[in-house]
Amino acid sequence: MIVNRFERQVILPGFGFDGQAKLKQASVLVIGAGGLGCPVLLYLAAAGIGRIAVVDGDVISQSNLNRQVLYGEKDLGKNKAETAIRYFQEKYSDIQWTAIPEFITVENAQAFIFHYDLVIDGSDNFPTRYLVNDACVLLKKPLVYGSIYQHEGQVSVFNVGSHPCNYRDVFPNPPAPQEIPNCAETGVLGVLPGIIGNLMALEAIKVLSGLGKPLSNKLLLFNSLDTQFQELEINPNPTSQSAIPSSWNDFHQRDYALACEGVQQLTWNEAMKLMGQEVAFVDVREPGEEPPLECTGLVKVPFSTLSNELDRFEEAEEILFFCQSGARSQKAAQLLQQTYPDKRIFSIRGGINALKS
Amino acid sequence: MPDRIRLKAFGMLAEKIGADSLEIENPGSSEVLRLQLLQQFPALQSLTFRMAVDRKLIQAETDISAGQEIALLPPFSGG
Repeated sequence: MIVNRFERQVILPGFGFDGQAKLKQASVLVIGAGGLGCPVLLYLAAAGIGRIAVVDGDVISQSNLNRQVLYGEKDLGKNKAETAIRYFQEKYSDIQWTAIPEFITVENAQAFIFHYDLVIDGSDNFPTRYLVNDACVLLKKPLVYGSIYQHEGQVSVFNVGSHPCNYRDVFPNPPAPQEIPNCAETGVLGVLPGIIGNLMALEAIKVLSGLGKPLSNKLLLFNSLDTQFQELEINPNPTSQSAIPSSWNDFHQRDYALACEGVQQLTWNEAMKLMGQEVAFVDVREPGEEPPLECTGLVKVPFSTLSNELDRFEEAEEILFFCQSGARSQKAAQLLQQTYPDKRIFSIRGGINALKS
Repeated sequence: MPDRIRLKAFGMLAEKIGADSLEIENPGSSEVLRLQLLQQFPALQSLTFRMAVDRKLIQAETDISAGQEIALLPPFSGG
């Protein structure tokens, strides 16, 4: 027997050369190279998946480093997908790597997902989760789902088996805007996404190699504080079917950010067309964030003080918010829309990072 | 044996209820339980959640019998 880097798994009963060959022939698209994506990638790569692509338009920031274990201090400000791929290309030469330094959208999802055998959702927001779910249902692609909140995690496998379920069978529609805070607001110990991400990698390997029983029609719950696992049975839900786009045409028309966050998002190109008109153009970054942006009509209201300065927007009919990555501007838009339900308020998708690329 | 059930709350629901596990009198059905919870914990009114009876996610009003375990499940999006 030729000893190679997979020797210890091919000698496993029930896996063998056959299981290894299936992994080698398989391709996986990992959406999000953050707290979940990092451990997923580490173990899928080590297991010898043949082709792996990583989609992430975000850049590495200092607050990511407690859980996004592929990155270090020297990577701050760099794109996550590209940085992750660079790390792995040096480590394993037998895998075909593709970095996609963009966010997944209704425009690009079909083209990205189509070319892969299995999708991993390691994203960190509801718009992306519903978008990825719906695209995978339309393409009948196996989807490994995992998500976290504080000390708890959820894992499942969608679109696999004879009565396949998807995320909308569990939660047919997104929660209301601002219902669920994200990691930035609630905090997370890095080891939790490490555990959930490893479970996701395990499920992907099981689906692709045929080993064991994947978590299809099951939702696994994990609580790290009392180290408890619990499994819930899930079944196809008729109300979820009506919530999924009926066609790609229908999918392309959806505004997932609006449905989930109650905020209309614009690209920089769309935003540029509005400028010069009666529109307030607002930078909600804190003083000192790079690069500074100067132009006529630009208003600077740091997100940290926005709630005290809402009356500054009384006169404006249209308001355009932007920040570094598009996250805070979305919250700013939500906040302002609650105060002024009749104004047209937008957030610029991807923020300054999107402008740079 | 008294007619009681076990409630298990996950994620933010546990925070709003103030406990992740609770023994309560059996309300008899999932819908009665839901209304009772919304009344007792008004903070739940603005939250999305699904219920599981004895570890099976339910899709419609379901009878609850003594000793069953009801899970209250919110969506998570973190990653």
